[in-house]
Amino acid sequence: MRRFFKNKIVKKALIAAVWLLIWQAAAWAVGSKLLLPSPVETAKALASLAVTGTFWKSCLLTLLRVFAGFFLGVIAGAVLGVATAASGFLDELLSPLRSIVKATPVTSFIILVLLYLTSSLTPMFIAFLMVLPIVWANVLSGIKATDAQLLEMADAFGYTKAKKLSAVYAPSVLPHFLSACTTGLGFAWKSGVTAEVIAHPAFGMGKYIYESKLYLETPELFAWTAAVVILSFLLEKLVLLLLGRIVRWK
Amino acid sequence: MEVKNISFSYGEKPIIDGLSMSLSGGRRIAVMGESGRGKTTLLKLLLGVLEPTSGVIERSPGEKPAVVFQEDRLLPWFSALKNAAYSAAPGVSAEELLKDMELGESMDKLPKELSGGMQRRAAIARALAYSGDPLLLDEPFKGLDPDMRERIAGRILERAKNASILLITHDEHEAGLLDCDEIIRL
Repeated sequence: MRRFFKNKIVKKALIAAVWLLIWQAAAWAVGSKLLLPSPVETAKALASLAVTGTFWKSCLLTLLRVFAGFFLGVIAGAVLGVATAASGFLDELLSPLRSIVKATPVTSFIILVLLYLTSSLTPMFIAFLMVLPIVWANVLSGIKATDAQLLEMADAFGYTKAKKLSAVYAPSVLPHFLSACTTGLGFAWKSGVTAEVIAHPAFGMGKYIYESKLYLETPELFAWTAAVVILSFLLEKLVLLLLGRIVRWK
Repeated sequence: MEVKNISFSYGEKPIIDGLSMSLSGGRRIAVMGESGRGKTTLLKLLLGVLEPTSGVIERSPGEKPAVVFQEDRLLPWFSALKNAAYSAAPGVSAEELLKDMELGESMDKLPKELSGGMQRRAAIARALAYSGDPLLLDEPFKGLDPDMRERIAGRILERAKNASILLITHDEHEAGLLDCDEIIRL
């Protein structure tokens, strides 16, 4: 019996069951699915959404927007990280920009960006903007943290610049870069969906979260949110899996 | 490489004072001294990482020293073989050198998968693969048992037959293992 409870999957299932029960109890206590739908009502709403084309099209488009923004943010962040590591002047010149982007509330950016971009492009740009400073800062600190003794070794053995880059810098920066990607993906996902809530593109999970709230369809609101959480969870697992494969030496 | 009356100090504190030696023509020199007497500083001066405060180090054109640092400084993400191969001179087999260092069975392992002594030998294999002259060795036998020291010293002499060698060590016996012509005490 004890061994049964020690099993990792059983343990996780039991923890999930406890929280679902708490949710169910709270829903009973509130007594209105308008205010707090139960897990069963949410699951039912999710099941009925899942048979519609709108649901899958929205999931796909949200994923595409977030991924496009994430991907561009990663590339721009990596380029800026390398450039600012190479030039102290450039780092000083651009560091206020990095701080401003980091400190500004995402909703301010969304509203501002909506003035210039379409409602479909705004979530992508917001995801880009959230990922950029994270990857930038991590690549920069990764380059700066490269082991000076290894660099001295590379010089002593006459490594060319290209060899130094591929054999010393890139592998040193990789763990920083990958951890920035995992954190960045979470940010991109949440900010992208938030941007959809405000920007209202033709299809998008964020848009339907807002509409469910607007029409007081709380079970649908919960169902859309659950879909966002499930997709986010799956994405994170996927990235962690890739990360574990790449950094074998750690 | 000719070292002519070099001195080096960190701020006011003199570390090396008026040192001269000739590291050429296959000469082998052992440098001995307690910790903090500037042995590793000397290595950095010879590699050109530091500049002497006074005096000169004359290097012949095309001269490329090979080095075993006090720390192994192996790239942690590459196997022992790749570490050696990355520094190998054209036509030199890193694989053969690792076999010479008795790492034939372990050459595909990452540094963290090797014992301290094995990592040391991988660092020696890398320096030998570079085929540099002079060969600068900072406590190369650290972590090796006496029998292994003897075998490895023999193979270093075989492989770097014509190279000049600078050995930094605490142990006079090691100077004997590498057949040093001169011992300098710092």
